[in-house]
Amino acid sequence: MPKKLIAGWFTFTCSEDSTIVMTELLNTRWSEWKNWLDFKYAKTLRKSGPLGSMDVAFIEGAISSETQAAKLKQIRSLAKTLIAIGACAVTGYPSAQRNQFNPDQMKIIQPILDRFKYAEKVRKVSAVVKVDHSIPGCPMDEEKFIKLINQFLTQANASSKF
Amino acid sequence: MHQVNFDLSLEEISKIEGNAGLDLSIKNNAVTKCEFKITEYKRFYTQAIKGKAALAAPALLARICGTCSNAHILAACKAVESALKITPFSQTQTLRRLLINGLYIRDHALHLYLFVLPDLFNKNSLLDFDEKTPQEHQWLDDAFSVKDAGNQLSILVGGRSVHAPYPQVGGFNHFPDSNQIPIVITKLQSIRPAVIRLIQIFTDCPWFQKQDVPYLALKDGQVCGSDNVCIRQTDYRKYLTHRALAYSQASAYVYKTRPYLTGALARLNLAKNPPPPFPSHNLYHNNLAQAIEILNAIDDSVKILQSADFSPEPLVKSTLSSGEGIGLIEAPRGILYHCLTIKNMVVTDAEILVPTGQNQLCIENDIKNLVNSYLRGDLKNQLEHEIEILIRAYDPCMSCASHFLKIKWA
Repeated sequence: MPKKLIAGWFTFTCSEDSTIVMTELLNTRWSEWKNWLDFKYAKTLRKSGPLGSMDVAFIEGAISSETQAAKLKQIRSLAKTLIAIGACAVTGYPSAQRNQFNPDQMKIIQPILDRFKYAEKVRKVSAVVKVDHSIPGCPMDEEKFIKLINQFLTQANASSKF
Repeated sequence: MHQVNFDLSLEEISKIEGNAGLDLSIKNNAVTKCEFKITEYKRFYTQAIKGKAALAAPALLARICGTCSNAHILAACKAVESALKITPFSQTQTLRRLLINGLYIRDHALHLYLFVLPDLFNKNSLLDFDEKTPQEHQWLDDAFSVKDAGNQLSILVGGRSVHAPYPQVGGFNHFPDSNQIPIVITKLQSIRPAVIRLIQIFTDCPWFQKQDVPYLALKDGQVCGSDNVCIRQTDYRKYLTHRALAYSQASAYVYKTRPYLTGALARLNLAKNPPPPFPSHNLYHNNLAQAIEILNAIDDSVKILQSADFSPEPLVKSTLSSGEGIGLIEAPRGILYHCLTIKNMVVTDAEILVPTGQNQLCIENDIKNLVNSYLRGDLKNQLEHEIEILIRAYDPCMSCASHFLKIKWA
């Protein structure tokens, strides 16, 4: 039995639309992926223990706070490969729309930013950690995602033969 | 009597949409703190939509939530149409009905199979089901095929199951491909036995949590309550009072001073001739209600598609450019309310109420009741699991719940 790739799927500030697309892709792809891919850390799919090392981390969403940034850095330190998934992770937007608010709008939302310790600006993932691959789109581009997964699985398959 | 004292903090509740946590304190056998925290960071959509083109509002507001995106599109379309006095053609209403059916099938299936079913089998994840065991293999097949059928129906009608591009203010910009309709009908018919199995497993499910709350649902064009009061959609907001929770990023609401429940259980409880065991005050029958709604959505969609002859129609336009309108729909998780103010075709104000915000205080109350029922024994580890099962029964959606602006902290 080949060794499975350990994967994590993490969401930060976003609509989780790419998470939904991923769960829909499982409808037709799971029987193909299950022998090669272990979603060990994916809150949508399971309750996981403390984070450990992983082959690939998928990151959906932008970074709204230092707490989120610290979590992202932890994931980066544990993941061999990190992939930014969807528009918010890749570009920051639309989750970063408050970055463009005028002073009147900022005044209105400031109490919330203060109370829940938001960062001054919302950041894209690559502004916080090194990103190895990006899948843009809102939601993510399915074909690019499938292509990338298949690329990983092919590599894993090849290495398991040695 | 043995005194129970402990604190329990759940930082991440798994198998729900989005991020939520819970802080619980028990002192001398009494719950002294029960704070259900929606911990999603806000994206301030009701601020960000100001100044944007009214006709673009549905596509922009869809980005509030991936799971519920098509529901937000439909509610926003209705709000803009109401503001600009647009009456869409009857074919548009039929297509929207199919779109919402696709959403009910996919969204309820996601919740019931991926989030709830593992609890019934004492598994961590649906993906841990053993394919060598015929029964577990069957559930895996059922889960993926039911979700896929809902997905395909949404794609046929909306162009995509997430952030559908075809539905617009005043109609649709693309119409179902007649070659695809028989394929989708066959898919929908093929999952019926799976959904009957799903109904059966939740009929047999022994979980019980008694509720004593009003239920609200859209019925014959009005919002009706289990207190026998029916409210015009335009008056709905007047019956609700905002409650700010200092520990949660979401807004909560009460109906006539009481927490209330909206969603599948409320809809079945208020239906004209509901199947047994409805009306029910067992929270966990929300799962059964969702399973029944999947079956209804399949049958309704097959009936529509079998007799449908869709033809291209132009979008209905308005001569007005300003107004205020309400779009209220029954999204899978419950009543979704959009209120948009438009001036010169630009959105100048917005208020959005989502089901999870409306149910938030109910969730908290039910957690307190659950904890109190457990206080007689040794329970901390067991309790953590039971609380998660209870929260999952509500099928809460945190992405929706946390992205609006309401500040009125004490």
